[in-house]
Amino acid sequence: MSPPLVEVSEISRSYSMRSGMFGRSTAVRAVDGVSLTIPKGETLGLVGESGSGKSTTGRIVLGLEPPDSGEVRFDGKPMAAPGTAAWRAQRARMQMIFQDPLGALDRRLPVAAQIREPLDIHGLGTPDAREERVRELLRAVELTPAHGARYPGALSGGQRQRIVLARALATKPDFLVCDEPVSALDVSIQAQVVNLLCDLQAQLSLTLLFISHDLRVVRQISNVVAVMYLGRIVEIGSADDLFARPEHPYTQALVSASPAPGRRSAGRIVLAGDPPNPAARPQGCAFHPRCPRAIARCAREVPALAAVGGNRQVACHLVTGAETRDAA
Amino acid sequence: MTPLVSIAGLSVAFSGVPVLRGVDLAIGKGEALGLVGESGSGKSVTWLAALGLLPRHAKVSGSVRLDGREILGAPAAELDQVRGGRVAMIFQDPASALNPVLTIRRQLCEALSLHRDLQGNAVKAEARRLLDLVGIPDAGRRLEAYPHEFSGGQVQRIMIAMALAGNPDLLIADEPTTALDATIQAQILELLSTVRRELGMAMVLISHDLGVVAENCDRVAVMYAGRIVEQAPSNQLFADPVHPYAQGLIGALPPLDGPRRRLTAIPGTVPDPAKMPDGCAFAPRCTLASEPCSRAAPTLAPIADGRAVACIRAEASRRALLGIAAE
Repeated sequence: MSPPLVEVSEISRSYSMRSGMFGRSTAVRAVDGVSLTIPKGETLGLVGESGSGKSTTGRIVLGLEPPDSGEVRFDGKPMAAPGTAAWRAQRARMQMIFQDPLGALDRRLPVAAQIREPLDIHGLGTPDAREERVRELLRAVELTPAHGARYPGALSGGQRQRIVLARALATKPDFLVCDEPVSALDVSIQAQVVNLLCDLQAQLSLTLLFISHDLRVVRQISNVVAVMYLGRIVEIGSADDLFARPEHPYTQALVSASPAPGRRSAGRIVLAGDPPNPAARPQGCAFHPRCPRAIARCAREVPALAAVGGNRQVACHLVTGAETRDAA
Repeated sequence: MTPLVSIAGLSVAFSGVPVLRGVDLAIGKGEALGLVGESGSGKSVTWLAALGLLPRHAKVSGSVRLDGREILGAPAAELDQVRGGRVAMIFQDPASALNPVLTIRRQLCEALSLHRDLQGNAVKAEARRLLDLVGIPDAGRRLEAYPHEFSGGQVQRIMIAMALAGNPDLLIADEPTTALDATIQAQILELLSTVRRELGMAMVLISHDLGVVAENCDRVAVMYAGRIVEQAPSNQLFADPVHPYAQGLIGALPPLDGPRRRLTAIPGTVPDPAKMPDGCAFAPRCTLASEPCSRAAPTLAPIADGRAVACIRAEASRRALLGIAAE
């Protein structure tokens, strides 16, 4: 395996939230002790429902916000302090793509000028070389210079996401964080962007953190997938294996809830209860109130992420119970 | 048997731009029909037009019959009996469909008193029964709560309860789970199929998600650029799509198991309704398109039992099958 480009160890992040206008403020643990390693040139998929902390994890990994505790190392070095020259140099090597391309683009600027902006900011190349680089980037995302002259409003959703991708690639980053990059796109356009992302990753040997709620898209693009629930990773393993043989009851429910053409709803696991509220985190295993197989121990102890053979790790007493008892 | 609803030649134009270009569709009693297609394909407009819910400047033509009676352009009084009574509709964003300053009880009772002959306590009892039916725990107490006190999944349950208030024969569910998380989506789909079974209600499930439609519907119609391009029983459509667009949609869906393959993306984008190509609207994106495709738009023609396709390639093979010489 290639050396890791991104190493995340035990990061946590809390926000304070007020319930009601005069309510007492409570701490909401958005991310709680998450550790991840992404080898160079590989893709880690992060799945989970809203409120699972997957986007916050992405923002912390990118240095957009500091973790309360824990550390992110990029290419062997810790993240530099925000605002410094070292931080800026590091940030040029990592970029982010969001779900809503229209929100990420300036509607009053032709898109070619927006692709050029990071080159100007980071002072890369002569002005002529920058123009050439913009044309090259447009070609890389399968658009023409004519598209570059347009405003975001005159492009389709898929084309806008390509522009966002071209802009993210302008500084030749090593690492991309993609937060739901294709969720807003129609199926046929989604396939175009997913294929493009796979091609670019292979050509440019990019390392990706791919955040999405869509299991299919995540599997298509990822080497390793981590499943998050209420700020913690509950299961992590190689993409094909994880979806074929999910071990954690939550992953099993997620996989079973993902509808597949040609498979009727027989045997679908339907979880009871609402999606979890990060402000009212259950004791013990956060998933136990919705878990169809929960035992008494689940309500008391938080299960730790433990290896269960292969490169799979699971945080569930029912799966790892035997081993932890032996160790105790 | 006459179908519950039959739509024929339904067309809609917004300020001269056609968005729906002749839709024919029939739904039997108790049937679950899926309507798939990309944004702008006319899935929602079909039903908004059929129920007279489009703004006045929309030009609607064609015919929509409910139990054999024409409802397109029917007087408002008659439509009020149909909408919410015979045919109910739920939408993608349930939160904006409820009034935030009224209790759930007020809103449910309003729907009940409009469509049912109930008085006084019977109304409240029925509201409570409906909340129970859609799986809201502690229904009696929760009736007094306001919409913001419920989660997204629960609000969609309440919308379903309101839709059921008029004992409809047909429920139009327009992307009912798109805004919800995966596990909650599974709950709502489960609820819809249980309710449908118990009440013998027909349902039209409008979705961009092929998987959702495949799992929950008997029959599927695929729409593209304001027309239906293929109609088939859902298992057959997904096993053996005939129209190149339907094939493309299914190929564009990443598999969840088995070997990974490169996705077959459909090149290009949906045509602008104001600049619709001559002939088949899909031809510019179709890898199989030939010269005759740009001459005339193919009509939706039956190819087998319960299957129909609008593609000249299918037409040609059918002609060959029937021994009719192609002109």
